[in-house]
Amino acid sequence: MSLAETTSAPETRSRGPVPDRLRAPWEAKLKSWESLLLVVAIGIFILNSFASPYFLNAWNLSDATFNFTEKAMIAFAMALLIIAGEIDLSVASIIALASTAMGLVMEAGFGTPAIVATGLVTGLLCGAFNGVLVTRLGLPSIVVTIGTMSLFRGISYIVLGDGAFRGYPSDFSFFGQGYAFWVISVELVIFAVLAVIYGVVLHKTNFGRAVYAIGNNATGALFSGIRVARVKMILFLLTGLMSGVAAVCLTSRLGSTRPSIASGMELEVVTMVVLGGVNILGGSGSIPGVVIAAFVMGLVTFGLGLLNVPGIVMSIFIGLLLIGVIALPRLWAKVRGRG
Amino acid sequence: MSFVKSREAILLAAIVLLLGLIATRFPAFITPHNLASVYSDTTPLMILALGQMVVILTRCIDLSVAANLALTGMVCAMINVAAPDLPVGLTILIALTMGAALGAINGLLVWKLAIPPIVVTLGTMTIFRGVIFLLSDGQWINAHEMSASFTGFPRQVILGVTVMGWIGLAVALLMALLMARTALGRSFFAVGGNPHAAVYTGLNVGRAQFLAFVISGALAGLAGYLWIARYAVAYVDIAGGFELEVVAACVIGGISIAGGVGSVLGTVLGAMFLGIVKNALPVVDISPFWQLAISGAAILIAVAFNARAGRSKGRVILKSAEHAQ
Repeated sequence: MSLAETTSAPETRSRGPVPDRLRAPWEAKLKSWESLLLVVAIGIFILNSFASPYFLNAWNLSDATFNFTEKAMIAFAMALLIIAGEIDLSVASIIALASTAMGLVMEAGFGTPAIVATGLVTGLLCGAFNGVLVTRLGLPSIVVTIGTMSLFRGISYIVLGDGAFRGYPSDFSFFGQGYAFWVISVELVIFAVLAVIYGVVLHKTNFGRAVYAIGNNATGALFSGIRVARVKMILFLLTGLMSGVAAVCLTSRLGSTRPSIASGMELEVVTMVVLGGVNILGGSGSIPGVVIAAFVMGLVTFGLGLLNVPGIVMSIFIGLLLIGVIALPRLWAKVRGRG
Repeated sequence: MSFVKSREAILLAAIVLLLGLIATRFPAFITPHNLASVYSDTTPLMILALGQMVVILTRCIDLSVAANLALTGMVCAMINVAAPDLPVGLTILIALTMGAALGAINGLLVWKLAIPPIVVTLGTMTIFRGVIFLLSDGQWINAHEMSASFTGFPRQVILGVTVMGWIGLAVALLMALLMARTALGRSFFAVGGNPHAAVYTGLNVGRAQFLAFVISGALAGLAGYLWIARYAVAYVDIAGGFELEVVAACVIGGISIAGGVGSVLGTVLGAMFLGIVKNALPVVDISPFWQLAISGAAILIAVAFNARAGRSKGRVILKSAEHAQ
């Protein structure tokens, strides 16, 4: 191996330069990751409709959206966090803790507004905890959130043990089981609204540009007058808050809280973000990509479910998807580089 | 003097203090016999942590170790069911080889395709678990299906300590030798400490990371056989979430997640600390449900401690930038 090749080995970062304009020419748009993903999504959709006669049914398709709406809510905030060069592996545990807190408030006799507020505030507090450890103490976010991943879910286990909270008030089921109109569920509406908000924040505001700048060069961003620590703190808060929102939806949909709720979801959220074309090393990615990735993952799991594939086998597909999505373009580049 | 101030000495003091606290509530905990059994119980964690240590030293992380352990363990158990007369030595060899092969998959993806280790091992973690389900069809392999020599070997007692404990000690000594006395061992420190400098010294960073994953995988495979044989049962969810405990043991043991800093003794003590906490909880009447939260808190305290210890090193040129990060 030549020296030139090895020098780049330790910190290979396939980041492009920061574009000074957001709008790309139309042919570049056609070749983009998002359009490729869209083709994949349509392909899976067509494949599914041939594979199972039950697939093309408005209610079944509506059910399929529950496979990704909660995860996608977190994935939007996670996308921003990963673009800024950090990660939060504790999101599923935040759901567990928020859901447990909601259960405690419910047991104390409070109604739906208090329960929802508790879920959201717990999420925010967890996000703040992660954020303070990362931005104030300067600890690496991977280790911090691996730690809080045990800590948050651990607290749920301390509270609940092998028990569960049941008996949420009936109007609480609105968030996870309600429908806005016809087959459009409340969760799907929340998902769509959040997608638009995050899309605008990331792609149309100064804050969004700051997120990209930090991900590409945090020190450079600092010297350009961006308050790096504050932006990161806000991103951790947002991720916590979104986990709280997802906790409200998931708890409402399941109608109960167990300490094992949403276990392993952090993996699916990260997969969704990476599948959506966000660079895991930070610096690039888009919200439309994450939205399409959410649909792809929802369609795949729903299609496999219709074919009676067990959940754990589906997780093989998720794992392969996660590695394959990153590996294939790199393999392709290597092969082309050689030829 | 330098040992007194060292990370290992502080950790050792913490462990002694912990044992003292437990003894005030339950004196029988610190009898040699009980301590030996606590040590044996902690051996799988220690073996995995030693593998993880090498990976973290090279600036990577291996979250697939517990899934590797479960997959290799399941395969060992299935081989045992199919061929009960296979010598235990051969089973261990199979476990080491298979674990190393699974580790090599991680290593190759990190080395050749430069995919971030956390992504690779999050992926392989779920894939390995899924493969166990495919292999076993979701069925359990229970004690009565395994041969007596298969399950009995790790539990034999020599000089008051189980064979499993002795294997753990052998692994720790071999790793200490590897890390301190061989070029490969030193290269792990060099690669993690400063990858660019390592390249100019003629070291291949990717290759070192690959070998670290192979070592971690082989040790996970070994622990897989020991685990399955010790508990005499194999199923899909064995050692679920154990990877976090392994990372916790390393972080508590003073392995810097930024790479290049750590020691075998620290890792062993980190694993022992967690093992003692785990075994002491039931005897001092604390629900085992506390354990997850305790190891989480221990990770956070340890990593904050590591960061403080490491901060004064090196010359800070840009103070404001340093603090903003």
